[in-house]
Amino acid sequence: MVGLSHFLVLGSLLFAISVIGIFLNRKNVIVLLMAIELMLLAVNLNFIAFAHYLNDLAGQVFVFFILTVAAAEAAIGLAILVLLFRNLNTINVDDLDQLKG
Amino acid sequence: MFEGMGFQDFVFYIFAAILLFAGLRVITARNPVHAALFLVLSFFTAAGIWLLLEAEFLAIALVLVYVGAVMVLFLFVVMMLDINLDRLREGFWEYLPMAGLVGVLMAAEMVMILGSKNFGVDKVSAPPPKPADYSNTTELGRVLYTDYLLPFELAAVVLLVAIVAAIALTLRGRKDSKFIDPAEQVKVKRSDRVRMISMPSFKEPPAVEAAQNNKDQA
Repeated sequence: MVGLSHFLVLGSLLFAISVIGIFLNRKNVIVLLMAIELMLLAVNLNFIAFAHYLNDLAGQVFVFFILTVAAAEAAIGLAILVLLFRNLNTINVDDLDQLKG
Repeated sequence: MFEGMGFQDFVFYIFAAILLFAGLRVITARNPVHAALFLVLSFFTAAGIWLLLEAEFLAIALVLVYVGAVMVLFLFVVMMLDINLDRLREGFWEYLPMAGLVGVLMAAEMVMILGSKNFGVDKVSAPPPKPADYSNTTELGRVLYTDYLLPFELAAVVLLVAIVAAIALTLRGRKDSKFIDPAEQVKVKRSDRVRMISMPSFKEPPAVEAAQNNKDQA
């Protein structure tokens, strides 16, 4: 019988995978953005699992707003990425050192 | 092993396996196009799991908004950019021990708290099944347009800002454009367009030339 903990563990595993992905793909901005999307998916899974098992619709409303903000974030992130590639001809994080940080 | 396992449990385990596999492939795929396609697979599988959790509206919204719009945007950008994969893959596995340690520790910590000891079947029982005429979309719309009306409007503003920002960032002015700024056009004064030059209306012929004419006639 699948209980709440199964969904929560699945979400935490997915979150850990995307954290590892951010470490591995630290030079590729596109895959970094994809790993962030995967993280948001893991968090949304938690919200929906709790909304179902606690019989409270507020969790689903939260997921709705997270989806909205994540879509906006992806659009702006990709726009910045295109701008970056147009100006520097690269998306390597190592080359983005104009601010000399 | 499979005895006493209902159909829903079976579906959950299958979908969970596909979701984790797709997630792993997203972060390890060599080609970013493959990574984007595996991300599509993981979103699709997650939508299936959300259906198991009776979040029908959000599951469909995930497929429509993410698979249909955001991932297509990702694929557009990935295919548009001409990236040097070899440089981006340099030292890819270098940080794997560190990343694996952090990831496994995080997962272990979360599993310790979220595991079946605290949130198991005996601790949090499944809610009673909804009646056949229950509509998840109707209920979600009811709370969204009453209790959460202000956040809903703010979400619309966020989307508008995202549209404006994305267009403003990537807009490129054309060099050969004949566009004229109407404000500049209205503000123009007479002195910007017309230059007055003082010129005599009649010019005297030079004296030497007149003398020459007289000599020829004689």
